[in-house]
Parts: sequence; C-alpha cells; structure tokens
Amino acid sequence: MVPDDKLIGRSVVMHPNRSALEVRGLTKCFDRPAVDALDLTVRAGEFYALLGPNGAGKTTTLRMVAGLLKPDAGSVSILGVDALADPVAAKQITAWVSDEPMIYDKLTPLEYLEFVAGLWGIDPAISGPSAQELLLSLGLEPHLHERCEGFSKGMRQKVALAGALVHDPSLIILDEPLTGLDALSARHVKGLLQDRVRTGCTVIMTTHILEVAERMADRIGVIAKGRLVAEGTLAELRQQNGRTDTSLEDMFIALVDAGAAAA
Amino acid sequence: MSSAAALSWFARHEIRLAWREWLSMMTGSRGRRKRAIIALFAFAAFLHLPAYAVVGRFADLQAPLGKQELIVITSSIFLAWALMLSQAIESVTRVFYARADLDLIMSSPSNLANVFSVRIAAIALAVTGMALLLSTPFVDVLVIGGGARWLLAFGVVVAIGLTAAAVAIAITVLLFRLIGPSRTRLVAQIVSAVIGAGFVIALQIAAILSYGTLSRFAVLTSDVVSAYAPDADSPLWWPARAAIGDGEVLSWLIAGGLLLLGVVMTIFSPRFADTAVCVAATARSVRQGPRTTAFRGGSRQRALRTKEFLLLRRDPWLLSQSLMQLLYLLPPALMLWRSFSETSSAIVLITPVIVMAAGQLAGGLAWLTISGEDAADLVATAPLPPSNVIRAKVEVVLLSIGAIFTPLITALAFASVTQAIVTALGVIIATVSAGAIQLWFRVQAKRSQFRRRQTSSRLATFAEAFCSIGWAATAALAVTIPLAAVFSGVITVGILAATWKISPRRE
Repeated sequence: MVPDDKLIGRSVVMHPNRSALEVRGLTKCFDRPAVDALDLTVRAGEFYALLGPNGAGKTTTLRMVAGLLKPDAGSVSILGVDALADPVAAKQITAWVSDEPMIYDKLTPLEYLEFVAGLWGIDPAISGPSAQELLLSLGLEPHLHERCEGFSKGMRQKVALAGALVHDPSLIILDEPLTGLDALSARHVKGLLQDRVRTGCTVIMTTHILEVAERMADRIGVIAKGRLVAEGTLAELRQQNGRTDTSLEDMFIALVDAGAAAA
Repeated sequence: MSSAAALSWFARHEIRLAWREWLSMMTGSRGRRKRAIIALFAFAAFLHLPAYAVVGRFADLQAPLGKQELIVITSSIFLAWALMLSQAIESVTRVFYARADLDLIMSSPSNLANVFSVRIAAIALAVTGMALLLSTPFVDVLVIGGGARWLLAFGVVVAIGLTAAAVAIAITVLLFRLIGPSRTRLVAQIVSAVIGAGFVIALQIAAILSYGTLSRFAVLTSDVVSAYAPDADSPLWWPARAAIGDGEVLSWLIAGGLLLLGVVMTIFSPRFADTAVCVAATARSVRQGPRTTAFRGGSRQRALRTKEFLLLRRDPWLLSQSLMQLLYLLPPALMLWRSFSETSSAIVLITPVIVMAAGQLAGGLAWLTISGEDAADLVATAPLPPSNVIRAKVEVVLLSIGAIFTPLITALAFASVTQAIVTALGVIIATVSAGAIQLWFRVQAKRSQFRRRQTSSRLATFAEAFCSIGWAATAALAVTIPLAAVFSGVITVGILAATWKISPRRE
C-alpha cells in the first residue's frame, strides 16, 4: 500500500483519533519471548514514552516497528501503511534513532545529512537548507565541516538526530536518545522533539529517565516481560495505580512488579 | 604490592590479553577453540609441503658456505625480518590508538615507564611468537633433511624478532615526534605496508631491469652481487651462519637483540606514556575545508555510491592495503614497459599477477562496502529494498577495480591485444568471484574491524584466496595453453560452487 502523499516527507496535522502506529499481537521470541503478543496504539501527533526495565522488550518492539527485526507474529501499521507488507513505504515516513549513534566517522555532519537525504530521496533544494538549519539549531555550526571521528557522544547523537529529522518524517522512533547527553545537549534534543510534535509529528521514545517521560510525554506506556502492563496519561496512570500523590518512579516500580508477578 | 610484583602481575595481564587476542583471531571470536586448534595443526602440517618445496634443497648445506648461499640465506632472513618489522609497527600503532585500557592504566598509580616496558616486551613476544609459529614448517623440513643443527634457526627467529620489535618501536615513536600523532597512524600503516612488500619488490625490479625476469633469485645468485658482497667472515652473514648451526654466533645475535630491545625500552618507555597522552589529548577532528553546503541530487543508489566512495577514499587501512597491492603491481608494470623495447616471453607473467591482485583487492573492497557498514541500522531503515543497497555497494567495488586496473590493461593492449582481453576478463571474473564470496558470507561489522576481516570467516578467506589463485592461473594458461585453461577454470568454478553450497546465505 502506498502511503498518503500528504504524509510523505511532511509532518501531519494532529489527529487525536487517528493512529500513527498500530501494533497488534506483535510477538518475537529469541531463546524466550522478548515481545509477547503486544498490542499498542499511538495517536498521530502525540509524544509517547515507552518505559520498562532492562530486557522488558522495548527496544525489540521498536526495532520491529522500524523494520530492523522481523516479527514472529503480529502486524504493524504506520499511518495506515502495513509496515510488514510494504516496508519501503513505511520507512519513507519513519525515522529511527538508537542510543548508539549511527554515523560515519569519516564523514562531516553535512556530508552525513546529504547522504541521509539522498537515501530518502529528498529534493536537494529542500534538504540542503533544512540540514543546515537543523545542525545550527543543535549547536553544531562550528563543526559542519569536521569529520565526526573526533566528536563526543553528545555531538554524535545530535548528528544522528539531525539525520533522522532531515527527511521530515511523520513518525520518529527514538530508543534512549538522551543516553550520555549532557544537560544542555539533552535540552537541545528535547526542544527539537517538542517542536516536531507541535507541528503534528508523532514521537515514540523509550527512556530510563522517568522525569523526561513525565515532562514531555502526552501518554506513557509501561512494558514488562514483553507485554504492555499500563498505559495512559500521567493522571490516568496514577488513577489506575490508586494513588494520586505518588511519583512516576514509585508508580513505575509498582507497575513493573505487578506486571512481573502477573507473568 | 612491590614494584617487582606489580610488574609480573602486569606481564601476566599482557600475556593473557595477547593470548586471547590471538585465540580470537584464530577462532573468529566464536569460541570454537578445539576446532580452531585442530584446524591450525592441520594447516601447519599442510604448510610442510610448500616449505619442503622452498627450502628442502638447502637442508644439506654445511659450513663454510659460499658467497651465493650466504647471500640467498641472508636475504631470506632479511625478508622475514622486514615482515616482522611490518607486523611490529602495526602492533605498536594499535597500542596507541586501539587499546581501550590506556586511560585506566594511565590513571592508575603504577610507574608508567615500567608498565610500558612490559607492554614493549609483550609486543616483542607477540611478534616473535607469531614468527616462530610460521617458521616452524620450514625449520622442521630443514631439521628432518639436514639434522638437529638446523634447530638453531629458531634462535635466529627469536633474535630477529627482538630487533624487529625494537626498531618498530623506535620508528613509531620517532614518527610521533616528527609528524605528530594524527598523521602517524596513516603514515605508520603505509610504512608498514611498504617495508613488508618493499624488499621483495625491489629485488624483482632489479631482476627485471638486469635479467628480464621476475625471479629475485636471478639477482641474489648473480656474479655482480657476489662481487660486491663482503667476505665470509663479515658480521653481515652472522644470521645465516647461526641458522646453519653456529651456536656461538647465535649467542651473540640473541645477546645483541636483547641489548637493542633493552636500550629501546630504557629510552622509549618513559616517552611511550607521553606519546599515549599526546594521542589521547589530540583533537582528532579533521576539517574537510570550506565547501558549498548545497546538496547534490540523484537517485538513492547514487547517494549510497557517493558515500561509499568517500569512505573508501578516507580509509587509512584501505589506503595502506591498496598501496601494498599496487606495489606488487609495480614489477609487472615495469616488465610491461621493458617489453615495448624488446620481445620477452616473461610478459605472460603479468596476466596472473594482475588478476590475482584484482581478486585480492576486490575481496577487501567488497568486505568494506558490503559487511563494513558503520550505520547498518540507518541503511536498513532507509526506504529502499535491500537488493538495491547491495547492488549499489557491488557497483562501487566494480568501479573501483575498473579505475585501478584499466590503465594497466590498456598499456598491456599495446603489447598484446589478446593478452589484454584475457587479462581484462580475468580481472572481471576474479572481482565478481571475490564480491560474490563476500556477499555469501557477509556479516554486520564496523569498518574499523577491517584487519580482522579474515577471522570473521576462515572459509570465506580461503575460498577468496583459492579463487583468486585459480582465476590467475586460468588467465595465465589461457594465454599460453588454452586447453589447460579450461581445466583450471572448471576447477575454480568448482571451488566457487562448493563455497556457495556451504555459505550461510544460501539458506
């Protein structure tokens, strides 16, 4: 299925009732089930945080959504595109950023963005200025023409993020994007993601920093042992947990414990 | 902990690291230790055959040796020394740039001069150990054919190993002082490649210019070289005399090697720490110079090809490896140049050399472009089918090989059109074979793991080597005995088919 032209290379306007991502019965087993018949819906234009302890299946889930891992069972639909049947169309509107920046040491940030824009088939007249604007907004202006080999982890992560945004995706999937970033870099990245959400882009992010989820996410999903054990806004999660005064951290621990016990 | 105890503890740590590194190189990091050891023994046993062919006829040599024998043995030992020096330079560079433990060591309260002395000794040990291993089949053949006196040849290997490590450390640290840490990495790799290949190539060039042949023995056994060589009692011949059983000379050689290494350790160990700090502190950002920020258009495959060409151009490992391949092409190129002025049947030798070099270079390039992808997730999440990605990468290999070998084949066409056509076909087939093997055995890896590419699949490495040799032989026979070329070609296709049959990608 070919995606809606209006969605390719452009951010969508927020549609609270429209799904940016629909995952049904998603399953992946390695030596044990990593993702266990997971159902997940993320609305278009929302910032969704996926939380869970180490080994809960967050990264495996997102890698299957991004087309990096083939699921054993289930379906993935990205803005109406069946990602398993038509991966190329789904990838055209998706960006993936992992905790380990995927960049080339021997390329400069600009060369890297030129490559990414070329891979996504973006018109150079649009991607050139957009790339420069992105790098400037991330504070990389002095390093535009330097090879990435001497860059710090934070700088590399910023270049990778710029690469994910240069083709103006409708769905951005980020796996621990703030790992190893200093406070200023983290603020840059968070600001950029919030700007994107404001323009209608959908962001799904895993994080261990609960404060980030608390502050930035419209909705939070908690995953344990490959299953979604809780989902909702912070207020809804508190309500589900039966305590309105509790912190996200306490709630997270309680939910994960309950999820583990149920499994 | 006393200083002596700390040193012995660090020595144990270094030996353990070296052993595990070696083991991982042998097993491809897959923990198949038993199989690797069996395979190693089988390979060592097999090596006795070529060793017999090369040195078997020298087993009966007795002292006193004639000048020609002294020259041939000394040259062979010097060649081994040059290769060990090349390996040692590479090891020293790796200590500075690739070891992850420098920060830990330098932040510890240990005496850094002592710690680096141990590390220098470990480099010497590793280089000598590998040389002993490789020389064993040759010495075995000599011992079996000529008696136990040849066992002293192992001592010569130890002596030259010690001196090679000492010289390598001196060269590398001096390079740091002269050109700085950021350039040393590339220059050291190039120096290492040139030293390894340079001696053989220089002899071949001398043989071509003087005798119109590629055989280096033509020069070594010539009357001219004998006339210029020093008398039989010269220290220059000590390694040769020690190798055939002169124990006293061997003692002097080992003492000299130890002394040299000791001096280098004393002088350079304190500087080793400074140099390591210097490398760590150097901002390694390389500016590409001001350029336009306008992006170029084109297809997605073009974006991939442009990226691959840029990365290949900026890859120091590849540069040094390619330089070595191109150096090996120098003698046939020279022979080609000579053949314009005089008819020489030796020009036939150019074809297998070119085909072999193309196959080997294509294997390296194919690994770098197909397996060595630093941003594998990025490319995998890009909106284009995997087959298009592979096609773009294979195109890069073919275009690179074409750019390197076309001028040589064009020059060959001026000497013999038929031979040029056969050579071009050989280059294309060898390149496609090497690329196909890399495709069948591709694994996701970082480009920085290039020097370990042989260990990721021993099978792929051997298949690649045998196919290159097979296509080189087929091309040579096609020029001389066409019927024999059919047999050779069928055997090589058989090797390729067998490789495909057992490759993981077939499933």
